[in-house]
Amino acid sequence: MSISRRTLLKLAGITALGVTAEKYATAHAGSTAAKVLSKAVGAGKRLTKSSVQKKVRLAMVVDLRKCVSDQGCTKCIDACNRAHNIPDLGDSKDAIKWIWKEPYENAFVDQENFYMRDEFRNKMVPVFCNNCDNPPCVEVCPTQATFQRPDGIVMMDWHRCIGCRYCMAACPYGSRSFNWRDPRPFIKDIDPDYPTRMKGVVEKCTWCDERVDQGLLPLCVEACPEKAMVFGNLNDPKSEVRQLLKDNFSVRRKPGLGTSPEVYYLV
Amino acid sequence: MIEHAFRGSKRYWTWLLFLGLIILAGFYFYMRQFTYGLGITGMSRNVSWGLYIAQFTFIVGVAASAVMVVLPYYLHDYKAFGKITILGEFLAISSVIMCMLFVFVDLGQPFRVLNIFLYPTFHSLMFWDVVALTGYLVLNVIITRVTLAAERNSIPPPKWIRPIIIMSIPWAISIHTVTAFLFAGLAGRPFWLTAVLAPRFLASAFSAGPALLLLLCLLLRKLTNFDAGEEAIKKLGLIITYAMCVNVFLILMEFFTTFYSHIPEDAAHMQYLYFGLDGKARLVPWMWTSAALAVVSLAILLVPRTRSNHRTLVVACVAVFLSIWIDKGLGLVITGFIPSPFGKVIQYWPTLPETLIALGIWAIGVFFITIFYKMALSIREQVE
Repeated sequence: MSISRRTLLKLAGITALGVTAEKYATAHAGSTAAKVLSKAVGAGKRLTKSSVQKKVRLAMVVDLRKCVSDQGCTKCIDACNRAHNIPDLGDSKDAIKWIWKEPYENAFVDQENFYMRDEFRNKMVPVFCNNCDNPPCVEVCPTQATFQRPDGIVMMDWHRCIGCRYCMAACPYGSRSFNWRDPRPFIKDIDPDYPTRMKGVVEKCTWCDERVDQGLLPLCVEACPEKAMVFGNLNDPKSEVRQLLKDNFSVRRKPGLGTSPEVYYLV
Repeated sequence: MIEHAFRGSKRYWTWLLFLGLIILAGFYFYMRQFTYGLGITGMSRNVSWGLYIAQFTFIVGVAASAVMVVLPYYLHDYKAFGKITILGEFLAISSVIMCMLFVFVDLGQPFRVLNIFLYPTFHSLMFWDVVALTGYLVLNVIITRVTLAAERNSIPPPKWIRPIIIMSIPWAISIHTVTAFLFAGLAGRPFWLTAVLAPRFLASAFSAGPALLLLLCLLLRKLTNFDAGEEAIKKLGLIITYAMCVNVFLILMEFFTTFYSHIPEDAAHMQYLYFGLDGKARLVPWMWTSAALAVVSLAILLVPRTRSNHRTLVVACVAVFLSIWIDKGLGLVITGFIPSPFGKVIQYWPTLPETLIALGIWAIGVFFITIFYKMALSIREQVE
């Protein structure tokens, strides 16, 4: 069987097109065009780990064996709330939460283990946005007000958000909060270095993107007295997060949904 | 054409005034929601969609159901529907307007609504839903305007309108399919994550919508000298019967898959909806009312004698409409959020302002139906 010159040229053309598209997609990861392109070249978004090709994929490791939040420690939560002007609306239906504590059985709702290690049965787990690698919130947002940075952080543009709350319906982790009312009267001391929000928009934890850009660690990581939280580049084999994941057993919240959550809990 | 809406009996004006008052009340509470924020509703960080989106979902179905008269008339040349096709199309227009208003009042930042068009996002089903609804509205406005104008001048409608009418048929299916996709594509909400959702939406739409249309036809016969014709009524009754059977069948399918598979996350929602979970059962009496109404309606509809008797047929239509209104306009959307992603049962119930805003939008819909039907019937009377 021989391949005609014409077919060969065609094949070469298609391959070149595919390679270019893929290169473009990697360079412009996160943009709509890139997504359309990466879909066109057949990147199975929910099936493969698309971050593998990227240089930086930020991730968080939370060592629950070290975390003392069940003993009343709220240092990570306090540091976050203060710096991000998060209103104190108590535990009301209007509450805004970026990082907070949930009992183990609620945080890992799909892992039914009846006879667990004693210290884990009543364990409190710090929960916050997983900054998923395949974020369903980004997929559903009708205005791209929520979008993914090339390093993986899922961002929120509070000025573009129309407040439809489709992202809240899509998030499997309850990580998103909506400003059901004007939050400003409920902020104790407004930090002028960080914006406050208005009513009618969605917000969430962004792993302190404003600090990450300055080469600083997220506040919760810095505030933890037990050094239970570690933040770093998952795609760097020498990073601390990778070392921890190599040497310890870790779990993630609802990994079976294909969202690829990027918070790893050591148990 | 619109001039006919400005001439009417005292009864006509009193009715519009009554609707106007409800609309004003709704508008007042919307202004309060606008200043305070959506916290004025019963929605919460756990149940983040409520009555508004649920009503939207139900009414998209009513809008889509116009296809049940348009299709037989234009595609199969079923003459008996000739008189009521325009009523179906006007019902669709009024419904789409209500749908858009329900989405609008649900927005936290309503002034930014145009961001949907400024930043078109093809991977968002919300974008496609807005496109589908807007397109459907435009199609039906063109169709009613052209066909009614032709009727007024006693000439056949122009040839170019036919492809537009034919296009409105799959378009009607699409608006409700896309609305189902809004829910059915979310990995984190197992209650909605079912391929049967779109078919179920269509079946419930094609029973509740024609049921409303049939009731309107009988009401018009009583109030005006318009008569839809016995054959049309009979055929509508038959359409409602088939669609309601399919609807109930599909609901039972959900029961089987959910409870026989025993997957806890899937079952928890159905458990909450029909039996209660963790001692919380706010929707349970509603859902069993819905089920009872479905049984009553089918009992009447399936027997030819009761189906052709107008008195019992009216009961059946009211039962169909209410049954599906509870199922779709209340249970379906809210239960997707209960239990929460943390497995907690945090309930929802609409507040008074929220209910009155919803009622106001319904009144706007009825207002439009009234003036549209007035226009259509006045033109017919003139011609005759």
